[in-house]
Amino acid sequence: MTTFDPYASSRETTEGTVYSVTGGDWNELISEIGSQKDEKIVVNMGPQHPSTHGVLRLVLELEGETVSEIRCGIGYLHTGIEKNIEFRTWTQATTFVTRMDYLAPIFNETAYCLAVEKLLGITDQIPERASVIRVMMMELNRISSHMVALGTGALELGAMAPMFNAFREREKVLSTFEKITGLRMNMAYVRPGGVQQDLPTGTVQHVRELVKDLRIHLKDNSDLLVGNTIWMKRTEGIGYLDLAGCTTLGITGPILRSAGLPWDLRKTQPYCGYENYDFDVVTADTADVYGRFLVRVNELEQSLRIIEQACDKLDKLEGQPVMVADKKIAWPAQLAVGADGMGNSLNHIREIMGTSMESLIHHFKLVTEGFRVPAGQAYAAVESPRGELGAYAVSDGGTRPYRVHFREPSFNNLQSTSAMSEGSMVADIIGAVASIDPVMGGVDR
Amino acid sequence: MSDSNNSRGMFGVSGTGDTSGYSGLERIQVTPGSSERPYGSYFDEVADDLERAYPEFADAIEKVVVDRGELTLHVKREKLVEVAKVLRDKLLFEMCMGVNGVHYPKETGRELHAVYPLLSITNNRRVRIEVTCPDSDPHIPSLVNVWAGNNWHERETFDMFGIVFDGHPALTRILMPDDWQGHPQRKDYALNGINVEYKGASQPAPDNRRAYK
Repeated sequence: MTTFDPYASSRETTEGTVYSVTGGDWNELISEIGSQKDEKIVVNMGPQHPSTHGVLRLVLELEGETVSEIRCGIGYLHTGIEKNIEFRTWTQATTFVTRMDYLAPIFNETAYCLAVEKLLGITDQIPERASVIRVMMMELNRISSHMVALGTGALELGAMAPMFNAFREREKVLSTFEKITGLRMNMAYVRPGGVQQDLPTGTVQHVRELVKDLRIHLKDNSDLLVGNTIWMKRTEGIGYLDLAGCTTLGITGPILRSAGLPWDLRKTQPYCGYENYDFDVVTADTADVYGRFLVRVNELEQSLRIIEQACDKLDKLEGQPVMVADKKIAWPAQLAVGADGMGNSLNHIREIMGTSMESLIHHFKLVTEGFRVPAGQAYAAVESPRGELGAYAVSDGGTRPYRVHFREPSFNNLQSTSAMSEGSMVADIIGAVASIDPVMGGVDR
Repeated sequence: MSDSNNSRGMFGVSGTGDTSGYSGLERIQVTPGSSERPYGSYFDEVADDLERAYPEFADAIEKVVVDRGELTLHVKREKLVEVAKVLRDKLLFEMCMGVNGVHYPKETGRELHAVYPLLSITNNRRVRIEVTCPDSDPHIPSLVNVWAGNNWHERETFDMFGIVFDGHPALTRILMPDDWQGHPQRKDYALNGINVEYKGASQPAPDNRRAYK
């Protein structure tokens, strides 16, 4: 029997058999497929595919246009962040974790910092202003992340205008991030003990105006799509995953809430003072792509409500510290974003260079060596735009993490692709995957 | 696997490559002992419920640790599936948030740990299961049949730590290439100095690419 593989030619080398899936002869392939009795063919969708949210590879087994089996191939964006963190200080690690789920950097940082603070035992000592800033930043980030989910999701199903609207609004949020932190994405703004620096002057006013503006313009997308016949036909009843499926697969976030369960860690297991905000948990009861779309759309309004309340709190907390008082943890410089977008503190430089050698030594030791964290393990979870984002941190008492693991909602939720789409048409996979909203930076880490 | 202690970095660093110049990367491990009752919070209730629902509690649970407001049950690996089923069905921990590994090379006989964070939606509770296995016999029973969502998490833990989850439907690498050698997140695996290998081609590690080192 010849072992002709229609999908890959092979040759023997000293390292073993090498398969080549490129440069095949289409005539040979077609004649081979024609001679087969069943019509089952295997198609690779991705890893470079415009509809897969990045480098996600889907291996589809098709019978005609019906999908009989789906397998996901991931790992193309694996960057070894968890390993790298073990060789950096506890503070430096925020710069790494912020790059995991690149659409929700503030959530990565906050989850990580909450875990470190739990290990340090300083959860109660985090200044209120720092927690409020975290909440405001997280909710702004939720809006920018949901805008990508809604915009790209619509684009993938063929609607161009929502993409433009969504990215226009997202840009406003990212500009606000730049104003506050100096960076649009991957800010490393949330640090163990608080946040890196206080809000620049006029930020609260700016955010209030942003909320007003967003409240008007976020509707542009929902007006286009909610109840739209074409949109409904592409999303209703597609990618169905009910509550039992969600719990056994560990699915959280909008997918779980689209199945009707009002499970939101901000309500059920509050952190950063979420219990002090008035907002609703949005659910749907359709457990399909349309339900998830509606959950995301309606969550935007809830986020705006939280941001408004955070602004009120920030006004009252003006001038309060944004970092824990312990000088063995908080970095000594009180930085502020200057006109060049860089953090600077001339007073601090004057002090350490001109007057106090002890301050200089303290600064140097704290920044290069870092602080020690008592041995133990801790798990802290936040409700990210995609579900439960858990940071599991282990310390051995040293200045570097012994082990940090991120329970990424994208990674976990992507497993549901098969359950959602097997038996459906090829075109519906796109909608189903878009409704999972996987971010490959988070999936592969 | 390369020996991290003998690798030389790009700037002539020998040893651990510790850039702080402070205490190296020598790791001291502190294993917390068993906690005494009362555990506080809902932890006593969870322990009581589990003892009632699972008569072999004393035999299966090696120790109960309450630390930093979190409950950890150290379960013997032979009993893991039974305990997991009781936790799911009787104590209503409907969700398992996955599994991840930790490598403690100095804990002889229990070098590899697998950690499972569980979540009960009904009771709004969390508990952590910790299971250990020796480096020489890195096998832990799979929980995919209890919580299907553990599938990819177990594959990742296998990929990164080399823990073999017995009974997993398709335990293959998930993040690293299929033909990768070694398990990168183990402590005896260096951060750098690993050649990147493709089929039939090899890319030297960053610190070996230039002549000036």
